Amino acid sequence: MASVGKIARRTFLIGAAAIAGGVAVGYYYYRKPFANPLEGDLAAGEATFNPYVKIGADNSITIVAPRAEMGQGISTTLAAMVAEELDVGLDQIKVEHGPASYAYYNSAILEEGGPFAFFDESMTAEAVRAGMGVAGKFLALQATGGSASTRDGFDKMRQAGAAARQMLIAAAAQRLGVAAGNLETANGRILHKASGKSLAYGDVAASAAATPPPSDIRLKDRDDWKLLGKPQKRIDMLAKVTGAPIFGIDVTLPDMLFGTVKMSPRFWAKPVKADLSKAEKMPGVVKIVPIETNYGHGFGVIAENTWAAFKAAEAIEAEWADPEYPLDSAAISDALKQALGAKGSAMRDDGDVDTAFADAPRERVVEADYAVPYLAHATMEPMNATARLKGGVLDIWCGNQAPTLVRQLCANLVGIEQNRVNVHTTFLGGGFGRRVEVDYALYAALMAKETGGRPIKVIWTREEDMRHDAYRPAAVGRFQARLGDDGLPVAVDMKISSPSMIASTLRRLFPSIPALGTDKSIVDGAYNQPYTIPDYRVAGIAAPVTIPVGSWRSVGSSINGFFHEGFLDEIAVAGKTDPVVLRKTLMAAYPSAVKVVEKVAEMAKWGEALPAGKARGMAFTLSFGSWVGEIVQVADMPAGIRIEKVWIAADVGTALDPGIVEAQLISAAIYGLSAAMGQEITFADGMVEQSNFHDFDAMRIFQCPAFEVAILENFHKMGGVGEVGTPPAAPALANAVFALTGKRIRTLPLSKEVAFA
Amino acid sequence: MRLTVDGQSFDINADPEMPLLWALRDLMGKTGPKFGCGIAACGACTVHIGGQPVRSCSLPVGQVSGAVTTIEGIGIEGKLHPVQQAWLEEQVAQCGYCQAGQIMSAVALLDEVADPSDADIDNAMGGNLCRCGTYPKIRAAIKKAAVLKTAGL
Repeated sequence: MASVGKIARRTFLIGAAAIAGGVAVGYYYYRKPFANPLEGDLAAGEATFNPYVKIGADNSITIVAPRAEMGQGISTTLAAMVAEELDVGLDQIKVEHGPASYAYYNSAILEEGGPFAFFDESMTAEAVRAGMGVAGKFLALQATGGSASTRDGFDKMRQAGAAARQMLIAAAAQRLGVAAGNLETANGRILHKASGKSLAYGDVAASAAATPPPSDIRLKDRDDWKLLGKPQKRIDMLAKVTGAPIFGIDVTLPDMLFGTVKMSPRFWAKPVKADLSKAEKMPGVVKIVPIETNYGHGFGVIAENTWAAFKAAEAIEAEWADPEYPLDSAAISDALKQALGAKGSAMRDDGDVDTAFADAPRERVVEADYAVPYLAHATMEPMNATARLKGGVLDIWCGNQAPTLVRQLCANLVGIEQNRVNVHTTFLGGGFGRRVEVDYALYAALMAKETGGRPIKVIWTREEDMRHDAYRPAAVGRFQARLGDDGLPVAVDMKISSPSMIASTLRRLFPSIPALGTDKSIVDGAYNQPYTIPDYRVAGIAAPVTIPVGSWRSVGSSINGFFHEGFLDEIAVAGKTDPVVLRKTLMAAYPSAVKVVEKVAEMAKWGEALPAGKARGMAFTLSFGSWVGEIVQVADMPAGIRIEKVWIAADVGTALDPGIVEAQLISAAIYGLSAAMGQEITFADGMVEQSNFHDFDAMRIFQCPAFEVAILENFHKMGGVGEVGTPPAAPALANAVFALTGKRIRTLPLSKEVAFA
Repeated sequence: MRLTVDGQSFDINADPEMPLLWALRDLMGKTGPKFGCGIAACGACTVHIGGQPVRSCSLPVGQVSGAVTTIEGIGIEGKLHPVQQAWLEEQVAQCGYCQAGQIMSAVALLDEVADPSDADIDNAMGGNLCRCGTYPKIRAAIKKAAVLKTAGL
């Protein structure tokens, strides 16, 4: 496995000296790029070895897993990385999220941000990836997203555990007067076999932490793993089955006030007229304050309890300015379609597409227009945050996917230095990208300025949450293929238009930074798929619609998985090729992809005849470094279409916890199926029309299919897990619906055309 | 007004129109039941009144008659309820936010039907939304809990 020396050599090869070292704890020890944030906050008798490990004299072992636990199991897997090398069991440790700190920046989140497909390992692609890693460190984003947490943590968190273990051994060797080489570790103890003497980690923690760190950090071989590569019991499970107060919404502080917000239902619009008098007089209301932020404008209600705040917010009478974007869904759709007329920027342009279509006979051309709607995240836990501003120090408690961003933007808004802000990150009742935003924290911070030092818990109603999201963007696409004599595509032209998520995010977070260049997310999941087609062009156009949009589980791939794989199914039908055979043929240059498709087809017994009234569809998407194929089986029932079964095969490179990987693949597929079946956010008069789960629902238990999952580890690079099951779900379902009904539905949600049982 | 919650008596001063959920969470410190929708559409707030599952977000506290049981009160003598035990063994929860409500609906189901069929589970659990998609494991855990409960574990 990688030692610091090996990392240095690899780094040299790609010509960017600091990068790979920058993600490793070895580098951390030598360069100390950031102070260890644990040093200032140790309990009595506790020693810290690096930003990830604390050991107390009482033998308590705390591992910091500095990523948002939003259900994806990351706290368990990150802790297992450290515990594996530290030689302790997961039942022997306490896991904490830890403070907001640049020491916990996520370098992997940006690594795939460049304009290269995951499988492109050319020198240029690798150099840009390394450069993006530098940017990750430069921006020092402590963020959870991009299905990047395990990839980011894999080296540095194992090294953190290994380094601490080596320091403990060295200290024990000195204490026992024996050679370090004769000492072994297991379950938090250091053993000298020859003499039978042993010490607990806690016995030598203080002296070990004071010694110089090892110059050569040795990691276990994979064959020696006890925890990694095997399903673990999640460290958060007991709390989650007992209703423990672990979420932001559960934060309870002495003398706490309660609140809610009523923000403009038209994005960015200010109130032109407001009458607060009725609301202010309601029982339990303390104060109503204006809220002005880069996220929008509105009012905060401070009250004695949440219910009083909700009632008062309802009673606020306000008129809001006109929106700056098209008023309704039809006009928005027109704006997106109009944007398709622009040339756009081609993120993939193989061969000569224009020439290929110039002389194409009509009967050899397949054409289709696709569209998807805006989508809300609809996390189960509505947005909320608790804040206290006292003595010039802001404490803020919330689930969030970006603690350093919460700290920075709250400090700016309140007008204090960042080192006067403490971010306490709780568990998240769902994230899916919603809590990359910081609006909930900003509103609570502003309201805490008005409470005379008392803490305030600000909870949004579900209606407020549904109507103030950073939505998955709507998108439209125009697709064209020319088929060869054998029915296979020889040329494909794809054009996709969507509002830019990057531009929208910058406007909210860093409005002074202009959005330059192409937004790769517009074509992500379409331009970077492992298919070889001689003339193959994928172009994206940013549509000028400024409704807030952001990261929604699998981001651009949630859109383009549907577009690309739906259209490929149309090509298969037009060319009279089996959809599995078509994909295997086009992806022959990428053996990992072929194996995934073969596996999922084998599991589902693809090709065997089905009883009347049943049908199947398949789709494949490479996203976040993982190769995923899904097959959906549907049945025609009296009440509508029933999704009976879903097969998933996924090559994730290395599966660090197969139990959690499987749970995430199923979770992400259900998330994608829920949206494909029936979800859409629509607009009228500049406002979101949906408000709650009665008109923005998700799959229920009685609709949930059976799942069968295969996890493959063929590709040599580790892929992400939390999002990768989503992109193929919608197209596999739509393709199955076509196979069942003959209806090619190119606009989501499918419920506009068919009913689901 | 006086309420009995998880075997404990509470005297609270609340607007009788306040939903039971907010009385529990804000006035009695019972944060186990979660707020999800406020319109009885997601089930995250499910508690029992007299053994029946109730969406506490939509029941005015003034109309509560009977003892209230939340997720915090279903364990027996410091031990997990068989449904919680099954949830633990099947590793059901992901984000965990809806699970208190899921477990309360499952407990009520098993009190009524000792050995529920898939259709029974669909009927009893259809009002509990889970955005993480833990449904396959919820189904497996309910079946395991039925076995544990019947065996008196």
